[in-house]
Amino acid sequence: MKYIDGFREPDAALFLRRRIEEHAEALAADGRTVRLMEVCGSHTMAVGRFGIREMLPPQVELISGPGCPVCVTGTGYVDAAIELAARDVTIATFGDMLRVPGSRSTLARARSEGARVEVCYSPEGALELARREPDRQVVFLAIGFETTVAPGVSLVRTAAREGLGNLSLLTAFKLVPPALEALIADPELSIDGFLCPAHVSAIIGAEAYRPVVERHGLPCVIASFEPLDILLGIDRLLELLVARRAELVNQYRRVVRPEGNRRAQELIAAWLEPVDADWRGLGSIPRSGLGLREEHASWDAARRFGITIGPGESNPHCRCGDVLRGKIRPPECALFGRSCVPARPIGACMVSAEGTCAAYYKYARTA
Amino acid sequence: MKLVAITGEESGTAELEGARYQVNLSLVDGAQVGEYVIVHAGFAIERLDEQEAEARLALFEQMARAVRGEAGPRP
Ligand code: SF4
Repeated sequence: MKYIDGFREPDAALFLRRRIEEHAEALAADGRTVRLMEVCGSHTMAVGRFGIREMLPPQVELISGPGCPVCVTGTGYVDAAIELAARDVTIATFGDMLRVPGSRSTLARARSEGARVEVCYSPEGALELARREPDRQVVFLAIGFETTVAPGVSLVRTAAREGLGNLSLLTAFKLVPPALEALIADPELSIDGFLCPAHVSAIIGAEAYRPVVERHGLPCVIASFEPLDILLGIDRLLELLVARRAELVNQYRRVVRPEGNRRAQELIAAWLEPVDADWRGLGSIPRSGLGLREEHASWDAARRFGITIGPGESNPHCRCGDVLRGKIRPPECALFGRSCVPARPIGACMVSAEGTCAAYYKYARTA
Repeated sequence: MKLVAITGEESGTAELEGARYQVNLSLVDGAQVGEYVIVHAGFAIERLDEQEAEARLALFEQMARAVRGEAGPRP
């Protein structure tokens, strides 16, 4: 594709590195250090893959936040999915969910023990399963951030149109802006600025971060996940921080519009409403998730099958919670790279390629 | 991904590095064949503004040239 190489031009990276170093010198002259957080699984992966964290001067710390959708999904949700699988329904899910540990088991293990767990690349795969076996109930594991919400909901819209009564959603959708608010409120974190996600922002629009900027005085820069775009985003954040200015900057204007994707927003609003949601590592955050509206409750798998999503129990030694809040780096977890590796993950952060522990393991094991 | 065909009311075919994918177009307004779309979980979620993309590439190119010591104003 013609666009990719231009976004990875090494000389431009060198240019941006030098400029980032200049900002860092200005910060140093002021006796300041800054902490930036990226909140996007694709950023986490690219930061690891291209060694961006290692490129940054000592005055600038880049931490990864709760940007990986699988990682923030609670243990109790995995337990509920496993319980459903045991009730002779077909579970349709993105592949990453298979290995996410529940309290006692995983969906992968449930599958090896005979449960029907089908991996879909797109929610449309769940639709296909439901069409193919009309007499069998299919439950789609509807997790993810704003970007995945609209595709997930369009599934039930299509099912409703087609009169497919054998499909439902087990929802654990998450919203990014309330999570940012929760992170800002955490006194131990002291974040100075956010590198805002790419695809999520395409849906919610750049203006969605305005309250973070204006109410909390933190600069927010929306950036794509190409390495040069990430460097440019960091450069801009630092420029704002040096000048002590809190601004909202959309550096991904080629995709993100101020108002976002209205079509997706309308679809979401028609089917879903804000609910309190449980985040792995962050706990329950008010109105930080989306659940089916009362009038669409018949599509809710938890209701259809009388299941409650409890808190679940995680391995007490797994520090995913601290990793997701950017409090520790993965190597600070005693299990990292020892009993917890991508092939045998103990916590959710080691499962998905977008998980911070997995990204560290793969690209920066020595860091 | 580049949209190479509209195959139904809400579906199309998109291409990335020679591979073709079925994409759902219900979330974007009036995407045209030949346009680039951003695809997430099999759904086109937004259209790429090619002018903005070109402007960004030009900026990176200018930065690269500045490093190589060629003429050109500092971006
Ligand atoms: S290394 Fe494994 S056990 Fe430790 S925090 Fe990460 S996922 Fe949890």
